[in-house]
Amino acid sequence: MAAYMSAGRSENAFSTHDFVPEWAQEEVSTGTTIMAVEFDGGVVIGADSRTTTGAYIANRVTDKLTPIHDHIFCCRSGSAADTQAVADAVTYQLGFHSIELDEPPLVQTAANLFQQMCYRYREELMAGIIVAGWDKRRGGQVYTVPMGGMIVRQPVSVGGSGSSYIYGFMDSNYKPGMTKEECLHFCTQALALAMERDGSSGGVARLAAITEEGLERRVVLGHQLPKFSNT
Amino acid sequence: MEKRFMDSQIKGVSTGTTILAVTFNGGVIIGSDSRASIGGYYVSSKTINKLIQVHDRIFCCIAGSLADAQAVTKAAKFQISFHSIQMESPPLVKAAASVLKELCYNNKEELQAGFITAGWDRKKGPQVYTVALGGMLLSQPFTIGGSGSTYIYGYADAKYKPDMSKEECLQFATNALALAMGRDNVSGGVAHLVVITEEGVEHIVIPGDKLPKFHDE
Repeated sequence: MAAYMSAGRSENAFSTHDFVPEWAQEEVSTGTTIMAVEFDGGVVIGADSRTTTGAYIANRVTDKLTPIHDHIFCCRSGSAADTQAVADAVTYQLGFHSIELDEPPLVQTAANLFQQMCYRYREELMAGIIVAGWDKRRGGQVYTVPMGGMIVRQPVSVGGSGSSYIYGFMDSNYKPGMTKEECLHFCTQALALAMERDGSSGGVARLAAITEEGLERRVVLGHQLPKFSNT
Repeated sequence: MEKRFMDSQIKGVSTGTTILAVTFNGGVIIGSDSRASIGGYYVSSKTINKLIQVHDRIFCCIAGSLADAQAVTKAAKFQISFHSIQMESPPLVKAAASVLKELCYNNKEELQAGFITAGWDRKKGPQVYTVALGGMLLSQPFTIGGSGSTYIYGYADAKYKPDMSKEECLQFATNALALAMGRDNVSGGVAHLVVITEEGVEHIVIPGDKLPKFHDE
């Protein structure tokens, strides 16, 4: 579904040989569905688990929910390489900052670090990131940093190629003031719907709830996902 | 919004529309927005009617190039009424959809329009047919189309139930159109809905300010 960079990006001396299949010449991407929801006391984040190189699924059990700090996670969409590199860089910067401060970092700080990097290198990068976490000052927060390097805080945010299909579902089903369990249920349904429709999203649904107490991770396997059949 | 899915010109397939058709217990509802745009930058019409009546109980709605769609529906309307006179009975919905399909398939190189045909006939009751861009014909209990439909696949999959009542179906169609118009910048205006049953045809227009509002509006 998503249009990706041309194969000419990775030129090498062996490009004249035909025995490299076409799918191995394509860039690895996380055509994806990611989302995050704030609730009173924390956030719930979720993602599918498919990484593709062209039509081949390079990893069907990917973990796109990456810890940046104890109570701060990011959801990655776009180029797998780009997002891993940016996330690693921000993890380092935030860890250093937190030690300097002698305090857990703010979610807003993490989000702004992502934003600065994504904006400065906007021409080179293909990364759409959702930063979500909990801190003592503002509780649960979700910040979205889409491609191009904008930053905006939203109570609920979806991203990745599969997100297009669930805007309507998100708009109609999200209500402010949901509990943690309601948020988890909402995310599971939304991810299941997107994974049904988007060819680049699939596998299992990975969820995590981040609160003051800490982190709770869940996996909903393919056969356990809610089914919405209309045949 | 991520760059990839901002440009419907890249896809070249559906431009500036949200259309849908849904069967319910005893009839079918066909609906669309009312915006016609040029390149996604200029709204050339705020109140265009994309629901075209091709026979007494058969409507179709168009996605894609408006020029192509108008030309095709004009030809189809003629062929269907001719067929109906020859057969001395109202045409089947499938026949009307087939006429559109023939036109789309035989002219697939030049045309850029897809159709949803919905209606009621005595043989099979309420039906919905999709004629996709290359001329594929498919019968479905409900279908959505146009650029705005991308955003409501999740909603439609989650909320559709077979054998709804007319009121439930109206609510479903209205909500779906409102959600799509809220997210797609080339869909908008008013919501046109037509309810087709054995008894007759009812046209409902819901102006923009009366559409359902969702949490962030």
